[in-house]
Parts: sequence; structure tokens; C-alpha cells
Amino acid sequence: MAKKDYCKMISRSKPGPGDGGNTGSWRVMRPIINLDKCIPVKTGKIACFNCWLYCPDCVVTKTIPPTIDLSFCKGCGICAEECPADAIEMVDEASQTEKEK
Amino acid sequence: MHIIESGNVAAATGVMLSRAQVIAAYPITPQTPLTEKLSEFVESGQLGAQYIPVESEHSAMAVCIAASTAGTRAFTATSANGLLYMNEQLHWAVGARLPIVMCVANRGIGAPWTVWNDHQDSMAQRDVGWIQLYANDHQQIIDTVIKAFRLAQTVSIPVMVCYDGYLLSHTYMPFDRPEQSEVDRFLPAFAPKHFLDPQNPGNFNTVTLPDVRQGVDGVMEPGYIEIRHNLHQDLRAALESYEEIDRDFVKHFGRGGTPFVEEYRCDDARFVAVAIGSLSYQLRDVIDIMREDGIAIGVMGVQMYRPFPDQAIARALSGKECVVVLEKALSYGNQGPLYGDIKSALYRLADRPVLHNYILGLGGREIKTQQLLDALSESCSEPKAIEDTPRWIGLKLQE
Repeated sequence: MAKKDYCKMISRSKPGPGDGGNTGSWRVMRPIINLDKCIPVKTGKIACFNCWLYCPDCVVTKTIPPTIDLSFCKGCGICAEECPADAIEMVDEASQTEKEK
Repeated sequence: MHIIESGNVAAATGVMLSRAQVIAAYPITPQTPLTEKLSEFVESGQLGAQYIPVESEHSAMAVCIAASTAGTRAFTATSANGLLYMNEQLHWAVGARLPIVMCVANRGIGAPWTVWNDHQDSMAQRDVGWIQLYANDHQQIIDTVIKAFRLAQTVSIPVMVCYDGYLLSHTYMPFDRPEQSEVDRFLPAFAPKHFLDPQNPGNFNTVTLPDVRQGVDGVMEPGYIEIRHNLHQDLRAALESYEEIDRDFVKHFGRGGTPFVEEYRCDDARFVAVAIGSLSYQLRDVIDIMREDGIAIGVMGVQMYRPFPDQAIARALSGKECVVVLEKALSYGNQGPLYGDIKSALYRLADRPVLHNYILGLGGREIKTQQLLDALSESCSEPKAIEDTPRWIGLKLQE
């Protein structure tokens, strides 16, 4: 008899965007970056990026300007809380969706 | 080497020979001497394990879960209400597919408070997903513990090794203590497929969504239902793996060969008594007496209860006239748990035996050979119809 391959399915995930599933659908508050206040944008330097560092779903990019992948951002607001320049505002998701219609 | 020791020491010796690496346990009667012995083994350096004292059984299992996730061979032991207190973590351990081994010195459950033997504690854990093995004597305790470690790591499912509190845990019997070198040949080092690895960071068992999802590396990852289906399939396949492991055990140690059920004088029997644990050996005396009176009866001890060896049981009981299931546990408001399982295993047979169910020995009520003789004689004398309501043995007061 061939050796059976046991335990082929367990729950595991690696750090990275989307590994918690489609968490963007959970969002009730959306983070919006005010680029006029954002430190990397203002200085043109790869600096700060607290939003990138603290995002629990790894959906903020370490780019100038930083971007947020809204298909996975669950709207927890940690980036807004951690931004030293108060450049991220959490706004009502429903009204944003309404605007985009 | 043959030694004379208690059942708890037999279990502890099996754990030492299996080179458990992390032990976490909380003392509870009648399991206590087992964990005391293990702490002695660790203290004296005979067992190179880390012994972690904890404040509860829930924590004991939590420590085993952490240790096993880190890739070590983990062991704990408990009884009765301690096992129930552990229940939430038992589900976690099996869902996480951790090959933990645990001994349960079977004891009745309060209320009312009892410390004596029955099987209600482990039977109440029947649907958790752990593999359940039952030992009938001291030799089987030490052998089953060693086999349990190999089975657990082969199938990535935790294993409970159950034996009767007091009747086995605290009685002394001679048994063979296998040589360490032979156990090492039988039980390879634990090399887990999945474990916490700083070189390969990841999350285990975080919120798992109802649906499947694509992981960051593009691989389709299972949802909850796929993971649970895989567990069930693996449990069913574990029957065959345990049969192989038991065969290999026979090769190494010359004992075993009955992984699922142990039959005594069943070949030509018209009637078969079925029981779990030491009761199945006590019944051998009754069978011998009845055989002398010309009654063709045998006894079958069930040694693996989960996964349920339904096919082996159906094969063994096929063609019998009457099967009498004697149990130290009850699915309250229904019938004995083993009785229900045996009934469903026999449903496939065209010629089904008549089935009777007896409940006895709850909370340590003494089981007398004469009572067993009377009950079996009664069942064999008029095996008319299958009975859905269990009969009781040994009740002294009626309401």
C-alpha cells in the first residue's frame, strides 16, 4: 500500500495582502491620505512609512505616494492612528461609495 | 525486562521510553501518580523532557498545543472533570492537527462528586475528533502509549490512551518493560510537516473564512469545511495506519496483533458480550463459567473506539445470535454510546444479531462476577428482540 499523505489541509497563512480573505468587504470607514501632509510626499524621501509598517493586512505600499489596496483594507484605522503627520483621515465608507456611483 | 508496577507507572514508563519532550499536567485523582512519576523521571534526568507545571487542565493542553506547534513531542494526562475542563483545547489540538498524546485514567463525572471509575469522561469526548484507544491491562497500557506516539505523528491527529481509574491505574501487575533501543527502532524521531519556523514565518489557525481563498503565494487555501473534511478522511484512513503500526509493533516486541477488538472464545460463539477496558477481561471469567455449562458465548473487548472500527466489528459479530453490550457510560436520555455505534455498524448485515445493552459500574459501583453471569444468562436464554432501552446491573434502590 502506498503511504498515505496525511494532513494535506490545515489553516495556515503567510504575512501579505489578502491572506485574511476579502477583508475589504468588512470596511465601514475608509482611510484617505492627504498627500499635502504626507511626509514621504512632502520630503520626496523614503521616510516615515508608519502606515506601511503598522498595517496589519500589509495593504499599504512603501511608495511615494503610499497607496492603499481597498480590496483588502478592512478599515481598522491603525494607519490613521499611527500617522505622525495626521495625514490619514477615516471617512464614512457608505458616503464614499455613494460618491463613486 | 519484567517488572511489577501500577498502571499509572506503566503509562509513565511508556511516555519515558517514547522520549516525550514536553510534559504539562495538572494532578487529578486517579491520574496523579502518573504525573508524579513523570516529574520524578524528569528530575532524575532519566527523561530529557521539559516538565511544565500548570494551574489547570485547560492550561496543560494549551502548553501541549504550543509545544507541539513548535515541533516537539508533547504529553499530558488527566481524568474526569479535568478532561472536561480541557474540552475547548481538545477541539483546538485536533483541529490544528497536533500529534499530542494524552492518558486518561477513566473516572466518573460529578455531580454528584465521585472519584471512582467509569467511562463517562472519555466517552463524553467521543465526537471531538481525537483518536481513542483503550487498554485492558498494564501491559496494554505501556504498549498502547508507545504505539499512540507513533500513530499520532503518522496521521497528525492527537491520541487519547484510556484505562480504568483505580482498577488499572492503582493496581499492581507484572508487565514487560520494553528496551529503550527497541522502542527507538520502533518509534522514529518526530519530524513534523508543519511547525513554527522562524525561517518561514506564517500564521496557523487564524480566522478561517467559510469560503476557500487564494493565499499570497497564489495557492488556493482551504476554507473551514475543507479542513474538517480532511480531518475526517484522515481519521478513517487512520484505521489502516494503526493496523500497520500494530503489525510492526508485533514484529519488534512480539505482542499485540489486535488493534481494534480483542476476541476471547468468539470463534464458535452464538452469543458475544462486548465491553471496553478491564471489564472485558473480567468477563472472561464469566464466559469460562458459561462455557462449562455448555453455552457458546465469547467476549469482545473494544480497544479502538475512535475512529470507530465498524467494519472489523461487523465482521466479528456477523452471524452471532445475540450481542450483549455492557457499558460504564451512558448517552443520557438515549442508550450506551458503544451500543448505538455497534447497532449502526451491524445495520449493514443481512442477518443481524439481536442486541441487548446493559449499563453498570457507574461511579465505581462494584461489578460482581455473579451479576454479570446472571445478566448474560438472561440475555442468552431469551434473545428475542433488539432492545432500545438499556437494562441496569446492580441497582440497589429503585425509585
